[in-house]
Formats: sequence, structure tokens, C-alpha cells
Amino acid sequence: MSESANAIQFFTGFRFSDLGFLAEAAGNTLLISVISISIGSVLGCLFGWALHVSVLARYLLGSVLDIFRSVPLIIQLLLFFNFFPILGLPLEPFAAGCIVLIFYTSALVAQVARGGIEAVPDSMRRASRSLGMSYLQDMRYVVWPIGARAMLPAWTGVALGVLKDSALVSVLGYLELLRASQILITRTQEPFIILAIVGAFYFALSYPIGKLSARLEQRWQYD
Amino acid sequence: MIELNSVNKSFGDLQVLKGIDLSVAKGEVLSVIGASGSGKSTMLYCINALEQIQGGSISVDGLDVHAKSTDINKLRQNIGMVFQQWNSFPHLTVLDNVALAPKIVLKKSADEARSIAEKQLQHVGLGDKLDTYPTRMSGGQQQRLAIARALAMEPGYMLFDEVTSALDPELVGEVLDTLRLLREDGMTMIVVTHEINFARDVSDRIAFFHQGVIEELAPAKELVNNPQRQRTQQFLSKVL
Ligand SMILES: Nc1ncnc2c1ncn2[C@@H]1O[C@H](COP(=O)(O)OP(=O)(O)O)[C@@H](O)[C@H]1O
Ligand SMILES: [Mg+2]
Repeated sequence: MSESANAIQFFTGFRFSDLGFLAEAAGNTLLISVISISIGSVLGCLFGWALHVSVLARYLLGSVLDIFRSVPLIIQLLLFFNFFPILGLPLEPFAAGCIVLIFYTSALVAQVARGGIEAVPDSMRRASRSLGMSYLQDMRYVVWPIGARAMLPAWTGVALGVLKDSALVSVLGYLELLRASQILITRTQEPFIILAIVGAFYFALSYPIGKLSARLEQRWQYD
Repeated sequence: MIELNSVNKSFGDLQVLKGIDLSVAKGEVLSVIGASGSGKSTMLYCINALEQIQGGSISVDGLDVHAKSTDINKLRQNIGMVFQQWNSFPHLTVLDNVALAPKIVLKKSADEARSIAEKQLQHVGLGDKLDTYPTRMSGGQQQRLAIARALAMEPGYMLFDEVTSALDPELVGEVLDTLRLLREDGMTMIVVTHEINFARDVSDRIAFFHQGVIEELAPAKELVNNPQRQRTQQFLSKVL
């Protein structure tokens, strides 16, 4: 077969409009990731604080979070998605994916946040309390800014991981990048070009997170 | 006036303060000396309620420190404390380290807080460091920053817990000089210290702690030059 024959087959297989289809799917990946990372991070900080202050929370909440961290995400997604219809409460793939990803993220962030809080020495917290700051003022003006700086690199790792792991929500039928690529590959039989485009989309989504984190880290230097 | 009446303090089974009676009058400087582990720091923490007590009572200006009805954050505004570790807030400039509490605790405006902070920093000799970050400064400078930060709340009392113990020897002098300055200003202070000569020269009285009790309490020169108790003599002969 000549090269030109290949090229013809290529152009008939992958149409320009397919790019729009992938872009839309990338939008869905972005949506579910932004929701999961933002809500999951806030929850994770609360959980991390609970782990820090309470022995009971370390045992109870700690064990639950360990489950989220250790059971493979794909199994969590399938279990959760198939469990709710049994209760008579069918969930959309999007909602089920969000919920599982939120808890998964929060479990990862909780440990990071606890580490951030504990990066602030007790003696410094006594110093701020001795100035008359309330517990919450100490948390807000001393522990948070110092802890956030300490946890930034680890948090960035979690956020990038969740963005990529959101591909697993495809098993529920949610049309995000990976699922869209599978559909296109089946139709066009052009896996190479499609996976390359999808990879580029993932890179375009990840890049700003890493960039933002690096920028913050630089701005937050202590001198 | 700071008054302690038969104060008992335990950590679990370990009784750290055993019936401490002490009163410090307005304008007085009291130094506290004694071996490590004798309960000196714990007593300071009890005075501003960073630690709870199990028996007795402590009052500051007549206010019961450990009463449930006492507004602890309000009380602490009146009692400045400086620690062995200087605990500078690393994310804030020198100026903001000092201005933070006046702003958020005393609700001063940004301008007011700034001028309070500038004044206190000038007082401790850091007037040229306002926009520096504390991690760039020496231990002695950071300890003076900690003093300025406490003074910015305009407290009636200052507690010092071995503020020179973590410093390189050549930096001890500048911090002790700052304490002398405060003494001249008439500040009421309790100073836990290992600097016996400083304690003798600067304080009115010295309390010698031994295993959770005040073994001897006397005018500063008397206690150092002519200690009455055998344990005081032993301690002084070891550290002098
Ligand atoms: N938070 C705490 N928990 C348990 N024990 C403590 C605590 N703080 C101090 N202690 C104990 O109390 C005793 C007195 O300590 P401290 O007041 O720091 O002595 P000093 O300041 O005279 O060296 C020591 O035996 C110390 O181990
Ligand atoms: Mg001590």
C-alpha cells in the first residue's frame, strides 16, 4: 500500500469535528476534577484538623480515610455506583464520580493537612496565644499561612494525581477524556493520533496547576 | 500585682508545682532560678493560663486567672510572655510580626498598629529592620523582636522564660540589655534565668526553685551573696 493511501484512510477516519468532541470531553474532565479537588481539599483540611486535635478522630476517621486511600479507586467507583440503585437511589455517573473522587481527594489531603498543621511548633502556638489571640485567630493568622506553605508541594501532587485518576470515572460511562478517546478509537481505528491528542489535553489541564503551585511557592518564600 | 496562693500543678501523676506561694508587686522585678525540671517554666505557663492548675489560685490585678468566668484572651493581653525559643512568625516581616496582634486582637487600624510596631521595634533597636523577614536575622535580634511583639500589646506584666538560653554567647548581652531597659521603664517582670549575675544586678528579689517548691526567696543580692539554705548554696556553687 502506498503512503498516499494511508493518508486518505487517516483523514477519512479522524475528522476535524472529532476535536470538538474531545474538547468537550476535556471540559468534563476539568469540571469533575475542579469540583473534586476543591471540595475534597476543603474537606481534607477539616479532616486533617480533626486528626490533629482528637485521638478519637485518629482512630475512627483515620480508619475510614485509610480505606479510601488504600482501596483502588476503580473499585470504589464501581461499588458506589452500583450500591445506590439497590437502595432505590440511582445516581448519575457524574454525581457518583464526584462523590467518590471528593472523598478520595479528602482522604489524601487529610494526611497532608495534618502534616501542615503539625509543621507549626507548639511553642509558636503558645506564643501567639500568649499575645491574646483566640484559638481561631491563631489558626487563621499563624497556623494556616505557615501550614499551607508546608503542605503546598504535597497538595500539588495530590491535585495532579486526582486530575489523572478522574479518567477512571469513564468506567461509569461518564463522557470524559478517556472515554471519549475510546469511542473515537473504536470508530476510526486510529489509536495513535487520538491518544496523542488526549495526552496533550491532559498536559494542558495539568500544566496550569503545576505552574500555579510553583508561582505560589516562589511568592511565599520567607525572604 | 501577681499573686499565687498554694498553687499545685501536676502532669498526670507527676506533681510539678507543690504549693507555690508568691506575690509580685507592680514595678517589681523577680528573678527565678533553679535546676532544670524544677518547675520554673510551668509556673509561668500557669500564670497566663497556658496551663491549668489543680489546686490553689492565681490572680493578676485581682482577677482570678483560672476562673471559668475570666476572659482568658483579654487577660493574656495584660501579660506579655517571651520564650526560650523566639518563635518569630516566619511568614511575616519584622514589622508585621509586631503589628499582627494589635491589629487582630486589639482591633487597631492598620496605621495605628504600624506606628505601635515601629515604636516598639525602635525601642529594642530594630528600627532599621522593619521590612526584613525574621529568618534573615540573628537569634539575638529575633529574641528582641519577640520582646517588641509582646510589648506592643502594652501589657502590665512581662514573663521571661530563659530568653537567653538558646542564644550564642556573644548574643546574650544585647537581649539582657533590652531587659535592663525594661526595668528602667518600670516594667513588672518575672524573669526565669540562668544568668545569676544578671539576676543579682537587675532584680529586686530572687526565688530559688527546687523540685516544685520555692526553697528560698530573698532580696537579690542577699540570696546570691549570702544564701541561707543549703540547697541554694549548692546550686549557686555549681552555676557561679
Ligand atoms: N506538658 C508536659 N507534660 C508532662 N510533663 C511536663 C510537661 N511540661 C513539663 N513537664 C515536666 O514538669 C517538670 C517541670 O518542667 P519545667 O516547668 O519545664 O521545668 P523548668 O522550667 O524548671 O526546667 C519536668 O519534670 C518536666 O518534665
Ligand atoms: Mg524551663
